[in-house]
Amino acid sequence: MPLDWFPLWLSLRVAIISTALALAVGLWLAWVLANRQFRGKELIDAAVALPLVLPPTVLGYYLLVLLGRASPIGKIYEWLFGSPIVFTWQAAVVAALFHSTPLLVKSARAAFESVDRSYERAARNLGASELRLFWRVTLPLARRSILAAAALAFARSLGDFGVTLMIAGNIPGKTQTVALAIYDAVESGNGTVARVLVLIISAVALIILGIANRLTSSPYGPRQAAL
Amino acid sequence: MIHARIRNEYAPGPESAAFSLDVDFKAAAGITVLFGPSGAGKTLTLDCIAGFVHPSEGRILLDDQILFDGASGVHLPPQARHCGYVFQNYALFPHMTLRKNLEFAVERIPRLERHRRVTEMLDKFHLAEVSGRRPYELSGGQKQRCSIARALIGSPRLLLLDEPARGLDAPLRAELYAVLRQVRQDFAIPILLVTHDFDECFELGDEMIVLRAGRVVQTGPPRKVFDQPANVDVARLLGAYNLLPAEILGLDPGRNISRLRFADFELTGPYFPGRLIGDHVWLCVRPDLLRVAPKDGRLRANQVAATLLRAVDKPQAVRLEFSDELVADLPRADFERYRGAKDWVIEFPQNGLRIL
Repeated sequence: MPLDWFPLWLSLRVAIISTALALAVGLWLAWVLANRQFRGKELIDAAVALPLVLPPTVLGYYLLVLLGRASPIGKIYEWLFGSPIVFTWQAAVVAALFHSTPLLVKSARAAFESVDRSYERAARNLGASELRLFWRVTLPLARRSILAAAALAFARSLGDFGVTLMIAGNIPGKTQTVALAIYDAVESGNGTVARVLVLIISAVALIILGIANRLTSSPYGPRQAAL
Repeated sequence: MIHARIRNEYAPGPESAAFSLDVDFKAAAGITVLFGPSGAGKTLTLDCIAGFVHPSEGRILLDDQILFDGASGVHLPPQARHCGYVFQNYALFPHMTLRKNLEFAVERIPRLERHRRVTEMLDKFHLAEVSGRRPYELSGGQKQRCSIARALIGSPRLLLLDEPARGLDAPLRAELYAVLRQVRQDFAIPILLVTHDFDECFELGDEMIVLRAGRVVQTGPPRKVFDQPANVDVARLLGAYNLLPAEILGLDPGRNISRLRFADFELTGPYFPGRLIGDHVWLCVRPDLLRVAPKDGRLRANQVAATLLRAVDKPQAVRLEFSDELVADLPRADFERYRGAKDWVIEFPQNGLRIL
């Protein structure tokens, strides 16, 4: 039986899009959590971390209720795009996003907080607006840790099973990602397909881990030791 | 001209004691040194002026602009204060070259003009050859000069320096002092420099402000502060005096003399206005003003007998430590001549006696 490459491409597409979205949302959230003091900050921090500890099916159930055709968000989406979001590949992106963003926010927050405050003070003192401070100082200095966090978020998006199954379903050729395809292959006794997919995903995961590790080892060499 | 009146209260935290800062001072163009021990609130004062810390009360006025006013709630962000700040660790952006570090400070001005200003600054601070390097590729002196150049390139109206000489060895220190003297000459702005090194005050300070436990305890030119410490706390901070407990036995304004008792000895000093007979005071004498010699025969006027406990070699002289916590400096050659003597006489100068 020829190997169906669709799940692999779908997973890749889902992971890329969700990582991009996670960066856009997560970096902003992480920066706010790292720099601003406001009431309810701890609550937001806890809410962001919730998907890390909730069972994927529970998270999936919440999302199903939130995005379903009867919900306000589901209705707005359907009105905008003409079709419901649940049980489409876009829903798989949402699943991957919720699965990976918490990790990204946690790492990015730590990365922002590890930037020496005196650089930010210096930038403000030299007249830099908060936006310029972020783009020109904080982000470049935290860049490697952020990229490492993004790599890990990408790996997590690639491997989601539970949440995707709950809100995107397991429709071959439409919403069946690699993780789901492996499950299907094992269930139907298709050992070869399962083995090939498992090997590919393992290799990808290893490569990403390697990249992440290289990124988190010391930037600017001697500087860190000197300060 | 900067006029800062700052009050800031810190409740005790899990790892810090309560601290209250309450200072009020003015500084004109030239170098004003904020001198004090660690924990006196020197850096905190700079941070309040630069806008990194929001004081609880007071007013900070730079020329005619209000930077902070507690009563009306004015608190300009650091970006709007035009205060150059030289950080203790330099805080040069490690991901930018020297040139980029300088350009960052003047990004608002047009490109050609910016390029000219940066080049001019790099030349002025002898950084032109290394302008393409990143901070970690620079020597300590180059980093130091670059951080000063970066703080000045935006034409600030005030320059703040937080212990710029900390951790520098003697040649670099001398180089830094030369740079700062040049800056004082070229930029007619107030320069506030934090230090806990008294020599540095002398080296650089036009004026000095002595801080202790969040309060201003004395202000004035360093020479004057050194000659006339305002009270025993300042004298202790400067660490350059004999501070001896004494009692006033007699005061004679007519002959402009006073009589004092220190340990078992009677001393004659100048008349001290505003003191009463019987007052317990601190006698304050610089070690180099005491004349010492081995004991031979009777004590004359204003001499006390003391036992030598220890002699410590200093670069300029030998520092002799006697009983009754007396300390005196003696030129090396004289000390060699008297080597071996145990009992000494110490003569107090009648006019150099000061009480606190």
